[in-house]
Amino acid sequence: MEQLLAFLGENIRFIYLLILMVFLGIEVISHVPSVLHTPLMSGANAIHGVVIVGAIIVMGKAEPDNYLALVLGFISVILGTLNVVGGFVVTDRMLEMFKKKKK
Amino acid sequence: MEKYILDIIYLIGSVTFILGLKMLSHPDSARKGNLIAAFGMTIAILGAIFLEGGIGNHLWIFGGILIGTVVGWIAAKRVKMTAMPQMVSLFNGMGGACAAVISIVEYTKHDFSHGGAAMVGIIMAGLIIGTVSFTGSMIAFGKLNGNIGDKVFPGQKFINLVILLAAVGLATYLSMQPMADNMLLYVVLGIAVLYGVMFVMPIGGADMPVVISLLNSFTGVAAAFAGFVYNNQVMLTGGILVGSAGTILTILMCKAMNRSLFNVIAGAFGTAGGASGGDKQQGTVKEISAPDAAVLLAYSKKVFIVPGYGLAVAQAQHICHELEKLLEEKGVEVKYAIHPVAGRMPGHMNVLLAEADVPYDKLLEMEDANSEMPNTDVSIIIGANDVVNPAARHDQSSPIYGMPILDVDKSANVIIMKRSMAAGYAGIDNELFYYPNNRMLFGDAKASLQKLVTEVKAL
Repeated sequence: MEQLLAFLGENIRFIYLLILMVFLGIEVISHVPSVLHTPLMSGANAIHGVVIVGAIIVMGKAEPDNYLALVLGFISVILGTLNVVGGFVVTDRMLEMFKKKKK
Repeated sequence: MEKYILDIIYLIGSVTFILGLKMLSHPDSARKGNLIAAFGMTIAILGAIFLEGGIGNHLWIFGGILIGTVVGWIAAKRVKMTAMPQMVSLFNGMGGACAAVISIVEYTKHDFSHGGAAMVGIIMAGLIIGTVSFTGSMIAFGKLNGNIGDKVFPGQKFINLVILLAAVGLATYLSMQPMADNMLLYVVLGIAVLYGVMFVMPIGGADMPVVISLLNSFTGVAAAFAGFVYNNQVMLTGGILVGSAGTILTILMCKAMNRSLFNVIAGAFGTAGGASGGDKQQGTVKEISAPDAAVLLAYSKKVFIVPGYGLAVAQAQHICHELEKLLEEKGVEVKYAIHPVAGRMPGHMNVLLAEADVPYDKLLEMEDANSEMPNTDVSIIIGANDVVNPAARHDQSSPIYGMPILDVDKSANVIIMKRSMAAGYAGIDNELFYYPNNRMLFGDAKASLQKLVTEVKAL
């Protein structure tokens, strides 16, 4: 119990950030026309690709003799990049269709 | 010095994500919003590579990014508009897998000096959520692609619950006493893989968009957990933002179908349907020939086109637009009635019709379309079924009861273009087929539309 409290105390700034972000996420999304649900989901999908940053840290800090970390790190960089690049490009393609047509 | 610059870069990254999401929720700014978020992502990635302390293996990192970029770019550019939902699911799965792999590496380092049990718990949570998101997305991909059917067996919900509890229990145990041996870690991984599969398996294909949206928010949460492990703000903010926004979006999607999230997850859409449909509704089905349909259309004042998944499958959006233009030239007012969940994803039809250059203002949302239905001469239904089934209004035993529908039956005439009398995605009979003001035009949507165009031209 004490350990848990200490953990919360040490990370209190992160926890604030976390809670504020939860409310911000709800606020930002709440009035979306249903037409935009799919592109929005796809855009959000690309944004969580930020996990690539973690993959870069894993890969970058893998010691040369730690083959597990090297291999997994490499795989995770590829996976993360796929998520980011694919996500943004697909979203852009969807939104391209929404551009205003000349009447 | 470098540390501060990096912090500022991560801050900018976080702000672009928030701005990007905000702009994505409005049609005019959506595309720009996506680009802004992409820009933020790029600088965050570059910052991580060059400014994060103690990063080596640059060649490996660039190699991985290169492979991912080329493959992701080509896949995203090549995918057909109809296969968009699968693609989103696939990319979401990649993100989930990435978070899971990171968690594995972090655990196997066995460096729990800061954070102790709570830190192991967070690593475990990232592993489980990321893995479930990965396998779940792959199953969703398979279902949308038509490779995997719905599988339901008795006691499934109970078994799923047991699997989930097993994963959480083991993870908690590992957090309390981290072990030098990695065996249990892989057991947790295996259980999480199984749970992802079992979680999505029983859910009907028509509900996949909701599931993908939910798994999308899962991946966001997994990314945030990974951010916690590295004390990395941009991962934390980006992940949590998607986690909460994704959850709200999931609920909004459920609302558009007038169903609760619990109801969707509990599954059984399209499985209970077969029984309740059946032969209650019998009557005569009237057919109409293409020339007759053409005359009916050309001499109408007001026509609604109601597109559905059939239009997407047949790739008939261009020919559909051509018919619309021809009718307009003859002085007919033609509009499109778009049901929020027509097709396989909300907004699917809008994207498809926009591709065929149909002006945006011709697409009416459900409420607006319904208020105009009573003074409409003809509604043409192209490859849609469940979203126009009047059973949703009055038949309490119907699995789609309560779902808002397009009231096409209130227009003077209805023409349904369909390949056969087969049931729609929810697997239920459509009583609209037997209504006195309805006529069927059998055939592939594209072929039928082509015939109509020729006939209208000849008039």
